[in-house]
Amino acid sequence: MMNWLDFFKARKAEPPASANQAKERLQIVLAHERIGRTREDFLPKLQQEIVAVVARYVAIDPGKVNISLDRGGDMSTLAIEIDLPGPQGERVRHAAAS
Amino acid sequence: MAEVIVVTSGKGGVGKTTSSAAFATALAQRGKKVVVIDFDVGLRNLDLIMGVERRVVFDIVNVIQGEARLNQALIRDKRVDTLSILPASQTRDKDALTREGVGQIIEELSKDNDYILCDSPAGIEKGALLALYFADQAIVVTNPEVSSVRDSDRILGVLQSKSKRAEDKKSPVKEHLLVTRYDPARVEKGEMLKLDDIREILAIPLLGVIPESESVLKASNTGTPVVMDAESIAGQAYKDAVGRFLGDKVEHRFLEAQKKGLFSRLFGGRAA
Repeated sequence: MMNWLDFFKARKAEPPASANQAKERLQIVLAHERIGRTREDFLPKLQQEIVAVVARYVAIDPGKVNISLDRGGDMSTLAIEIDLPGPQGERVRHAAAS
Repeated sequence: MAEVIVVTSGKGGVGKTTSSAAFATALAQRGKKVVVIDFDVGLRNLDLIMGVERRVVFDIVNVIQGEARLNQALIRDKRVDTLSILPASQTRDKDALTREGVGQIIEELSKDNDYILCDSPAGIEKGALLALYFADQAIVVTNPEVSSVRDSDRILGVLQSKSKRAEDKKSPVKEHLLVTRYDPARVEKGEMLKLDDIREILAIPLLGVIPESESVLKASNTGTPVVMDAESIAGQAYKDAVGRFLGDKVEHRFLEAQKKGLFSRLFGGRAA
């Protein structure tokens, strides 16, 4: 027999949105961390090598190299921004998807 | 020069990271330049609580070992522009942190920040000791529960003996008590330590009392510091605490049990 209170409880059955967000965020971050456990983190070395290659051609300030990353489920975006010196203060943006 | 604040507790799971994220965000919302550092190398979580986990490239260990520059490792918050986060490393162990390395980072961050918040790991091992070593002030996060109060007392002893200020024989680290997960209804039933009891035992100035609130879990689910939830009583209590920290006169709130109406008694529902 159905309790009369169940009528009200049934309305609350749908899972709250924040729990779904928690699950999605965890799935993405853990997928990346599990990969990181089996191989070394290549980002520091990748950055050093990119800066070294650019420095071979232009005199750059290593302090003006900005790296930003957005880890996603299907695709992550790595953006490396290097300030190149010049009369106009030109900016070149290298972006690569990993 | 920035003021260095450690958020510490001895015991784990009492709300250090939640409090660090809330406090840092609320300070930044008040216009202060704030950086919050995760010292829990190997078990980082501040990035998740702050909702920046997808943007971590470098961490504090990369900076100490010279693999990245400090400004590359700092993650600027997209919601409050005077706030940045320095994540812990997830793959190294605590020995990767050195006192000299942490000292250099704090010195560099001091130049263009008002506050440096150090989110301590649990325990009294290397990570926790380094998190408190450079502190000018300490926020001791305590739950109304016997083991938490005892561990807070222990960490107060460590602050008084092992901090740089203690070693240099300077004026001691300024201590603040932050009681979290306080449930006035259970206190009224005699099931939980009273605020006054905790204050009497620890005998340090009270900065704030954060009520037990469902909004804290919701905030961590979504990676939004709880002070950004305007309806959250925990968020409001953190904002009050930050106000007091900055010298405002703010009455303590949420210390009494909310009287439940017939409707909420029938259908549940707890404090926001």
